[in-house]
Amino acid sequence: MSFVKGLQCRECGRPYPAELQAGCEDCFAPLEVDYDYEAAARELTRQRIAARPAAMWRYRELLPLESEPAVGLGTGFTPLLRAERLGRALGLKNLYLKNDSACFPTLSFKDRVTAVAVNKALEFRLEAVGCASTGNLANSVAANAAAAGLPSYILVPENLERTKITATSIYGSRLIAVRGNYDDVNRLCSQIADRHPWGFVNVNLRPYYAEGSKTVAFEIAEQLGWQAPDAIVVPMAGGALISKIHKGLSELRRIGLLKDAPTTRLFGAQAAGCNPIVSAVKRGSTEIRPVKPNTIAKSLSIGNPADGYYAAGFILQTGGGAEDAADPEISAGIQLLAETEGIYAETAGGVSIAVTRKLAAQGLIDPDGVTVVVVSGNGLKTPDAVELAEPEVIDAKIDAFERLVKGVAYVA
Amino acid sequence: MSLKVIIPAPLRKYTQGSEIVEVQASTVQEVIEQLDSRFPGIRASVCDESGGLRRFINIYVDGEDVRFLENLRTETRDGAEVAIVPAISGGSGEFRNWTNPAS
Repeated sequence: MSFVKGLQCRECGRPYPAELQAGCEDCFAPLEVDYDYEAAARELTRQRIAARPAAMWRYRELLPLESEPAVGLGTGFTPLLRAERLGRALGLKNLYLKNDSACFPTLSFKDRVTAVAVNKALEFRLEAVGCASTGNLANSVAANAAAAGLPSYILVPENLERTKITATSIYGSRLIAVRGNYDDVNRLCSQIADRHPWGFVNVNLRPYYAEGSKTVAFEIAEQLGWQAPDAIVVPMAGGALISKIHKGLSELRRIGLLKDAPTTRLFGAQAAGCNPIVSAVKRGSTEIRPVKPNTIAKSLSIGNPADGYYAAGFILQTGGGAEDAADPEISAGIQLLAETEGIYAETAGGVSIAVTRKLAAQGLIDPDGVTVVVVSGNGLKTPDAVELAEPEVIDAKIDAFERLVKGVAYVA
Repeated sequence: MSLKVIIPAPLRKYTQGSEIVEVQASTVQEVIEQLDSRFPGIRASVCDESGGLRRFINIYVDGEDVRFLENLRTETRDGAEVAIVPAISGGSGEFRNWTNPAS
């Protein structure tokens, strides 16, 4: 059932067979999965997609598995919600939220990429899987590895949120906290992958893993009635998601599922305390200057983003833009989203909302256009990101209650 | 000054499979020159035509990315550990125009 032709170096074009390979051996650039698009176009019709289960595998012709998926069957096809109340607050008339805080099994968009990576690990008959992670990826690799019956080795920065540690360890993973930041963890992971015959989802499985992110774009287009939106706001850590959203929309056009060439402008969101891609975009450049992260948005704390060069390039090329948000703005973004739309996002979602507010205020997003904001993870994982009032305490007496709510208008 | 260089798997074709190579050098630039004189080809893999580090290559001196230090001019103390680590990346496409999708 596979339509994969092979892997290809993004920079020099050198082809590789579809095997375990982190990057090009000549220039170390990333590898891209290449498909037989003509054959995929014949199979993947709107009617066939509509008849398939509501999961990311409905686009399987454009995903790099050789056989039917064994894990992650329920992943993806998250809600695309019309956000009228939030839209009014931000001054955007056609605002939508792609709500991956409701992605299964671990409540972040990372379930899409690990579903592909762990299924590939099974296809390659690897002994174990692993990853370097800022948290969400750790949760997701651990869960899918458990479901696949594979041991997992997961490396995280030492300062990771407690909730994300629990939500990884629970699956029986070997969780290793590394003294240092994500970039230190990532370097170590890359060196481990050189020595041990394991599948590191964001190292030697990365060309396949990253393909899972395209399904965000596929779903947005399908859920808009096979239309590409005018703007997409995407949180950026390593920069892979926004790059793959570009690839996903391009592929839909290529195989004819989108009638017209997309004119979508891509907008990137980062925390002010870790904004190397935003800085590059604001300089009009694709050259990434690494930074030392310092923000509550730990899931976006990658100071040396592997795909930053590409992310900045796609943003500039599509006429989009990028903006960053300070920690108090991130917390306010989380609260605004929750209070207007009833969605509790983690810090990355707060970054997306805060940045969308700025881009709208600056007039960079067309207030009448269709704008989709990607909410990538769930707030239950980062409960310390907002400071809320303690609940009011009363005696279990009706008078006490009445005194408390006195003067508060009844809402019919 | 004697120091230890960790060679990543893709570059071990130049070092006859060695993962760790000892060199005498006082800057990262000298490390690369030393490596290239013993294992011709390494410099071209690590540096671009202008002599700077390739975009997808990172070099760490005692765990610190040289981009935070003095890049290739970063000094290396006696006994330092220099690691060459290709960036982990899975990028997606040149910056093709929407109207001209991938061929």
